[in-house]
Amino acid sequence: MSARTIQGQKNLQNINQASKDGIGGSPLRPDGNLKVKGEFAYSSDMWHEDMLWGMALRSPHPRANILSVDISEALKVPGVYAVLTHEDIPGAKYYGLEIKDQPALAIDKIRYHGEAIALVAADHPETARRAVKKIVVEYEVLTPIVTEEQCLDPQTHGYVHEPHEYKSHAYGNICHEQKLVSGLGVTDEVRALADVIVSGDYEVGMQDQAFLGPESGLAVPAEDGGIDLYIATQWLHVDREQMAPVLDLPEEKVRLTLAGVGGAFGGREDISMQIHACLLAQHTGKPVKIVYARDESFYGHVHRHPARMHYEHGATRDGKLVFADCRIVLDGGAYASASPAVVGNAASLGHGPYVIPNVKMHAIALYSNNPSCGAMRGFGAVQAAFGYESQMDKLAVELGMDPVELRQLNAMSEGDFMPTGQQIDSPAPVADLLRRAKEMPLPPPLDTEHLDVRQLPGALSNTSHGEGIVRGVGYSVGIKNVGFSEGFDDYSTARVRLEVIGGEPVAMVHTAMAEVGQGGVTVHAQIARTELGVEQVTIHPANTEVGSAGSTSASRQTYMTGGAVKLAAEAVRRELIEKGRRRYGWAHKDITLAGGKVVSESAGVLVSMVDVLGDEAIDLTREHHHRPTQAFDKETGQGFGHVQYTFCANRAVVDVDVELGLVKVVELTAVQDVGKALNPLSVVGQIQGGCTQALGLAVMEEIIVRDGKVRNASFTDYLIPTILDTPPIPVEILELPDPNAPYGLRGVGEAPTVSATPSIVAAIRNATGLALTRIPVRPEHLTTEQPG
Amino acid sequence: MRVTFTANGKPVEADDVWEGESLLYVLRERVGLPGSKNACEQGECGSCTVYLDGVPVCSCLVAAGQVQDREVRTVEGLSEENGELGLVQQAFIDAGAVQCGFCTPGLLVQTDALLERDAQPSDNDIREALSGNLCRCTGYEKIMDAVRLASARKCSGKAVTE
Amino acid sequence: MEFLRPATWDEALAAKAEYPTALPISGGTDVMVEMNFDVHRPSAILDLNRITELTEWSNDGSVVKLGASVPYTRIIDELSGPLPGLALAAHTVGSPQIRNRGGVGGNLGGASPAGDAHPALLAAGRDVFVEAASVRGTRMIPIDEFYLGVKRNSLAADELIRAVHIPVADGPQQFSKIGTRNAMVIAVCAFGFALHPKNGTVGTGIGSAAPTPRRAVEAEEYLQGVLAERGLWESGDLLGAEVIQRFGELVKAAASPIDDVRGTADYRRHSLAVMARRTLTWCWTDYSKQIRSAA
Repeated sequence: MSARTIQGQKNLQNINQASKDGIGGSPLRPDGNLKVKGEFAYSSDMWHEDMLWGMALRSPHPRANILSVDISEALKVPGVYAVLTHEDIPGAKYYGLEIKDQPALAIDKIRYHGEAIALVAADHPETARRAVKKIVVEYEVLTPIVTEEQCLDPQTHGYVHEPHEYKSHAYGNICHEQKLVSGLGVTDEVRALADVIVSGDYEVGMQDQAFLGPESGLAVPAEDGGIDLYIATQWLHVDREQMAPVLDLPEEKVRLTLAGVGGAFGGREDISMQIHACLLAQHTGKPVKIVYARDESFYGHVHRHPARMHYEHGATRDGKLVFADCRIVLDGGAYASASPAVVGNAASLGHGPYVIPNVKMHAIALYSNNPSCGAMRGFGAVQAAFGYESQMDKLAVELGMDPVELRQLNAMSEGDFMPTGQQIDSPAPVADLLRRAKEMPLPPPLDTEHLDVRQLPGALSNTSHGEGIVRGVGYSVGIKNVGFSEGFDDYSTARVRLEVIGGEPVAMVHTAMAEVGQGGVTVHAQIARTELGVEQVTIHPANTEVGSAGSTSASRQTYMTGGAVKLAAEAVRRELIEKGRRRYGWAHKDITLAGGKVVSESAGVLVSMVDVLGDEAIDLTREHHHRPTQAFDKETGQGFGHVQYTFCANRAVVDVDVELGLVKVVELTAVQDVGKALNPLSVVGQIQGGCTQALGLAVMEEIIVRDGKVRNASFTDYLIPTILDTPPIPVEILELPDPNAPYGLRGVGEAPTVSATPSIVAAIRNATGLALTRIPVRPEHLTTEQPG
Repeated sequence: MRVTFTANGKPVEADDVWEGESLLYVLRERVGLPGSKNACEQGECGSCTVYLDGVPVCSCLVAAGQVQDREVRTVEGLSEENGELGLVQQAFIDAGAVQCGFCTPGLLVQTDALLERDAQPSDNDIREALSGNLCRCTGYEKIMDAVRLASARKCSGKAVTE
Repeated sequence: MEFLRPATWDEALAAKAEYPTALPISGGTDVMVEMNFDVHRPSAILDLNRITELTEWSNDGSVVKLGASVPYTRIIDELSGPLPGLALAAHTVGSPQIRNRGGVGGNLGGASPAGDAHPALLAAGRDVFVEAASVRGTRMIPIDEFYLGVKRNSLAADELIRAVHIPVADGPQQFSKIGTRNAMVIAVCAFGFALHPKNGTVGTGIGSAAPTPRRAVEAEEYLQGVLAERGLWESGDLLGAEVIQRFGELVKAAASPIDDVRGTADYRRHSLAVMARRTLTWCWTDYSKQIRSAA
C-alpha cells in the first residue's frame, strides 16, 4: 500500500515513469496557456458574421394551461428575425435524457416556473429582450403540485403529467422508484435483534451546479441542410441523439463541436439551449448565438434533487449494525431528466459504506411542479450520505462510542457484499481512510490574542471579536459508484494517430470527451506519452466526427475515455512494432516504445520510431467498454449494478458563532483512495473542488422554491463559497489499484462531494449540540433549534 | 452611440453601442476582447474584472458610455509585449489553479492588482483581495498556491520553476 | 434611451432638470445590475463619472463633506479615522471590485433598506445631512428625514446627491452585519452604533430589518439616560450586563423585519439584539480605555 500526502506546490514528484509527462506525473494543462491569456474560446465567446441572438420567453407560473400565445407584436419589433413556438418545430416535439417527456417548447401546459414557451431571434440581445416582452401569453393559472403529500395524492391534487402521457414505468406522480431488501429485510424479528435503535428524518435542499460559464452556444446552418453547433456540454453524442429528431434531421447532419466549457458538475448533462439555437438557425438561415444570463441559467438547467429521508438503524450494544430501514423521497420536478439513475444510486448506495446484514430501502423520485432536477456531482449518493452519516453520529451518541470507531467497526472492505448482493471485488479501505483522517494533525486553536476578523465567522462583517465562538470537529465517510450503472453500456471511443511531424514522432488523440475543466485532455496526452513513448502529443478538438465518449459525469472519464485512449494507443503501438518486425525481422519478445525509439529490454534500442513510421501514419480507433453490469431487481434491488466503487473520508473543523449562528469552516481534510493518480495535481484539485461544493451544500447553497416559484435565481441570493468561506483542504491520497480498471485507477471527482457535507454538519453539531437534520444549515437553525 | 477608449494600450472604437450596454459587452462582442468573462453580470463573481484607469472593477457594471476616453486593461493585456506569459499568468498554470478557467481572467487581473499594491500579502490579505472572485472548480486552494507562488517569484525578481 | 454625459456639476443639474426620469449612474454597481437584468429601462442614463468634485472629500475638523461618488475603498483607506463606523460598513460592501466603484451616493439614491452605509450614517448622529441639489438650489436633508420607504427617498425628481455631511467621530463607532456567507453578501440585517461623548448622545442604525433603514430611538434614549444618570460618560465605568441586555432588547424591539429568502424575521430580531450588545460592548470598552488613559 502506498499513501502520499499531496498538498499545494510541494509534492509534484513523478513516480517512476519513462516520460515525466506520462501517467503519474503532473504535466501542465494543454489548454492552460490559452486560458490564462483570455484566448480560450468558451461557448459564450463564439462569434459569427451576421449572427443573431436567440432568447426564450419563460413562464412566470409553475403550473398553468396556456390558452393562447400571440407573437404578432413581437414580430413587428425592428431587428427581429423570427419568433417561434412549438408549432414551428419541424420534428419530434419531445426529448429527454432517459425519458422523452419534455417538450422543446411548452405545448398547452406549463409544468415548472421558467419553462420555455417561445423563442426570438434578433440582431441584438436588447432587441430580443424587447420582443420577448411583447409576446402575449394567456394563462389559466393552476395550483402547483409541489409537496410530497400533494404529489402522492393525485386524486386530490392532479397529475403533473397525465397518466396516459407516461413514457416510462411511472405511476401516480412517481417518476421512478427502486426498492431493495437484503438479509432478512427489516421485520419485527430483525428489530428485536438490535439493542439500540435510532431513527431520524433528514432533509436536503435543492442545490445548484452554479457553473460559472453560462449555458451558451452558436448554431450555424450548413449548406447541406444540416447544422453545426458549437456548444458547452458534457456529452456531445447524447445531445445530438436528442436534438436530431426535434430538428427532423438525420444524426449525421447534426454536427457538434465542443466549445470551451465553463464548468459543468452535472448541469450540462441535459439539453438547455441546444435545440432552441438550432431551431432559430434553421428557421432564419442565419447563425444564432444564445447566451443565458445568470437568472435564466437557474431556470435553464436541472438541479440537485432535494430529498426527504427517513432512516432507522439498529445496532448491538457493542456497536455492530444489525439493520437499516430507509426511505428516500427525491423531488424530480417537472421532467424526468436523470431521475431514474438518481433513484438507482440513492437506493443502492443509501446505506453507506457499511456492512449491514439486514437492509430495507425504498427510494422514489416524484414528478412535481417544482424545477426539474437531474444530474449534479454525486447524485443520489450525496443526499443519502447526509442521512446515513447523521445516523452514525446519532448512534454513536446513543451507544456512548467514538463516532469514528463506530464507523470503523462497521466499515466495509474488499470481499464484503453490498446490500444489492454485489461483492466488492477491489480495495475498499473505508476504515483506513477514517483512521488517516483522524490522525492528520489538527489545526491550531483560535488565536484569541491576535484576532483577525477575517478568520472568524462573519469575517469582515465584523460580527464577533471572539464572542460566542465555539470550535467543533466532525467526521464522515461516503461511497459513490463510478460510471453508468444498472446494465448501461456507457462505452467510450478514442482515436489515436501516430505520425512523423518535423522529424519527430507525434501522437494525436481524438475523442468526443467533454473537457469541462477536469483535466481529461491533460490525462489523454499523458496516456499517449506513456503508451507510445513519445513526448509530443496533440489533442484534437472534441466533436461528433469520432464515436461517443459518453458523458463527463459519474467520475467516469479517466476510467472510460482514458481507458479508450489507452486501448487505441496500445493498438497503435502493436501495429508499429509489427511493422518493424516485418521490416527488420526482430525476434525479441520484449519490445516496447520509449523516448521516441523502439526498444528491446534485453537488446536495447532497436531503431527510431521515425524510421519505422516513415511518411505513413498509424491511425486507429478503439472503443472501451467496462465490464457489464445488471439492472437492479425492481422489488429486491438485487443485482451486479455498479462498475466500481469509490470512497472518501473527511474531517471538518469549524468555528461557530453560537449566538449568531454563523459558521466558519477552519479546515476540511480529505482522504481518498484513487487507485492510481494519473495526474496527482489534477486529482488533488478535483478533491479540493469537490469538498468545496460539499461545503456549499452544508452551510449556504439552496435554490429556494416557494409554491413552485424560484425565489433566488441570482448570484446575489444563491450563494456559493467564496475564498473567505473556504478553508485549507489538506488531501491525503491512497493508491490501491483496482485490478478491473485501466492502470488500476478509481474515479475521483464525486466521492469528496458525497462525503464532505456530513462532516461539516457533524462538526457544527459538535460545536452546538443541535440535531441539525436539514441542509444547508442556516443561521436561524443554529439560533432557534433546541439541543438535539 | 459611438464609444472610443483605450484597451490594452491601443485605441479602440465601437459604433452603434446601445446606451444600456456594459463595458463587458463592448469588450466581448464589439472590440474582439472576449477574455473577460460573463458569468453573472451582477458584480457577484468577478469573472469580468478589468482595470479601469488602473483600478480593478467589474466591467459588467460599467456602462459603456462611461469609458469614453478612458483606459481599460484586460486579461489580454497581462502578457508580456513579446507574447510571453506574465508572472501571475504563469503562476496560475504552474500551481494547477486553472481548471475550467472561466474565473481565471478575473482572478488574474485582481491578483495582479493585489501584488502591485503588496508584493508579499499574508494569506488573510489574499483571501480578502480575492473574495469577490468566485471559482466553482478548484476549492481555491490552488489559487492560494498560485498567488503565493507569484508573490515569491515577484519578490525574488525572477521566474523560478519548481 | 439616451446617454447623458455632463462634464460639470451645473451641466448635470441642468440635464436632470431637463430629464427628470433620467437615472443617475456613477459606480454603476446597482444601476447596471438593473440594466443587465432588464429590471427597468429609464428614458436616459445620466453619467456622473466626469464630475470630479463628486469623488472628493474634505474635513474641516468637525464635519466631513463626503462626495457622493467617493468609492468605498477610499473611505476605508482615507477616512477610517474621522468616520470609523462608515469605514467599517464600507468594508462589508460587495467585493473589492464593487468597493472600488460604489459610493455612498448610490446607496442613498437607491435607498434600499439593505444598503450597508445607512446604519452607519444613522449612527453617526442626527447632524448627518444629505446635500441635494437641483437647478432650483441646494438643500440639506437631515438623514432622519431622508428615507421614506422601500427604495424611496426624499429627493425630488430634478435633484441629485452632491455630498453627505457627517460629523467627525468624537467617540468609538462600530458596525456589524449578518450575511449567510463570509464575504460578498447582502445584509440579512445590520447594525451601526456610535458613542457621541461631546453631546452625551449615542447613535444607532438598523439595516435590512424594516422598510427603511431606521434608528432604534428608544434604545438610544434609554442608553443616553443611563449614561447620564450614572455619570458613566465621566467615569467610564462598566455598563453592567443588565444595561447591555436592555439595550439589545430595545434595538430588537425597534425593528420590524419580514421573512424573506435571506432570513427570517425572528432571526433578524434575534441577531440585531446580539449585534447591539456586542457593538455597544466594543465601543464602551474602547471609550473606557480612553477615559482611563486620559485620567
